[in-house]
Amino acid sequence: MSDILESPRPAAGGAALAGGFAQPVVDAQFVFRSVMEAFSRPGRSIALPTRVAPPPPLTAEAGAIALALFDQDTPIWCDAPLAGDPALRNWLAFHTGAPVASGPDQAAFALISACDRMPSLSGFAQGTAEYPDRSTTLIMMVDTLMSRDIVRLEGPGIEETETIAPAPLPVNFRDQVRANHALFPRGVDILFASPGKIAALPRSTRIRANASREG
Amino acid sequence: MTTSAVEATPYNFAYLDEQTKRMIRRAILKGIAIPGYQVPFASREMPMPYGWGTGGVQITAAIIGPDDVLKVIDQGADDTTNAVAIRGFFARTAGVATTTQTGEASIIQTRHRIPEQPLQSDQVLVFQVPIPEPLRFLEPRETETRKMHALEEYGIMHVKLYEDIARHGHIATTYAYPVLVDGRYVMDPSPIPKFDNPKLHQSDALLLFGAGREQRIYAIPPHTDVVSLDFEDYPFEVQTFDEPCAICGTRGTYLDEIITDDKGGRMFVCSDTDFCERQVARNQGVQNQSSAAASEKTEMTDA
Repeated sequence: MSDILESPRPAAGGAALAGGFAQPVVDAQFVFRSVMEAFSRPGRSIALPTRVAPPPPLTAEAGAIALALFDQDTPIWCDAPLAGDPALRNWLAFHTGAPVASGPDQAAFALISACDRMPSLSGFAQGTAEYPDRSTTLIMMVDTLMSRDIVRLEGPGIEETETIAPAPLPVNFRDQVRANHALFPRGVDILFASPGKIAALPRSTRIRANASREG
Repeated sequence: MTTSAVEATPYNFAYLDEQTKRMIRRAILKGIAIPGYQVPFASREMPMPYGWGTGGVQITAAIIGPDDVLKVIDQGADDTTNAVAIRGFFARTAGVATTTQTGEASIIQTRHRIPEQPLQSDQVLVFQVPIPEPLRFLEPRETETRKMHALEEYGIMHVKLYEDIARHGHIATTYAYPVLVDGRYVMDPSPIPKFDNPKLHQSDALLLFGAGREQRIYAIPPHTDVVSLDFEDYPFEVQTFDEPCAICGTRGTYLDEIITDDKGGRMFVCSDTDFCERQVARNQGVQNQSSAAASEKTEMTDA
């Protein structure tokens, strides 16, 4: 409440109200189908054209995913650059109504903007052995899905092998993803959002040992 | 198209409210990420009774968009009550195009069959599931079956199949035949005949399962290993039929028995009506072609 009163009212209010789905029903369905396609075919880049315009540093793609999947039932966790931005907080609150999680291990979704400085995957909700679905889905805003650091993937949803090369990432990200898969069926699921494209790395996906340079 | 389809109906698009769709969509994503695991979801009451596909209908309602083309089958048939009702439901509440042709559909909702025509990678198959828990008839307590899945404790299922062999000389389970998904979860593929089980393995299409009364959603992503449980000395086998379909003459499809009179008369016909109709049309086309060729004796330039 105090945030709203202190901030310059018309600008903050206007920014928070604008930039949502033009057609909430159709747009949410379209974004969800793109996300479902991404999770069904891990590693594959799926086009996600969107005109959602959230306050930066939240990107249009991550914003669209948030509008499609977040609501009052999904506690969310934002990394420091996002959490420190009241305009962004207001935008998410107005458009999704999602409560803020008390910590990453309590979050249904995590929004991550500074991926190279993100906390370890093991710090998020991993689900339980009996309810592995009660885990965090990470939405990681990366600059590209086609960096030179190529990771080869295999597992459900992948016919032979698939590659993924998001950047930037933390230095030991491969080890973290391997450790995450080793927990299966527990573990987190990752959705990379890059400009115009998304790709998923669910917990079921295995990283193939290969000759390319290790990250 | 999109605006009119959404606004022309007094219903919410595809019946469900947006928050319910989001809840179901999140469950679907978790189901895909954990192949074969049953995700609990807050199943809604639908304007049809439990047992008529409320789980499948809710999944379809959550994923369908204005550009989708919907096909609904009930035991393979497009023209039975359940299939007609659900197709009409979505034509009315979502304004989507419907079809009976397997190749033209982007979403196929099914009760107890997988179409004969192989599915494509841009199609989604939605199964209606009555009892999602494969261990339920062996262990009635949900707390216990959940623990058994968590511990990967599936010995009881093999004992059940063994008892089949001890009693009947073979594995007598013919439908809802349990499968192991990606080497981890034992899953009930819904009451499809075991004839269809091999189609689950490395499918090109995404397979989604919805159980409305039991409030569970689960999934098999494309290209996932799905193995029907068996023993080395009693390997998994599918049903075979001695006769071809009595209507289209095709061999190797799944056949339904039709009683034709009260004197023991019967016929066996394809359970997949769309496949059967296309085979009949093809046969007639070949006949017309060959009779035309025979009468004119002209040179054929293309076959």
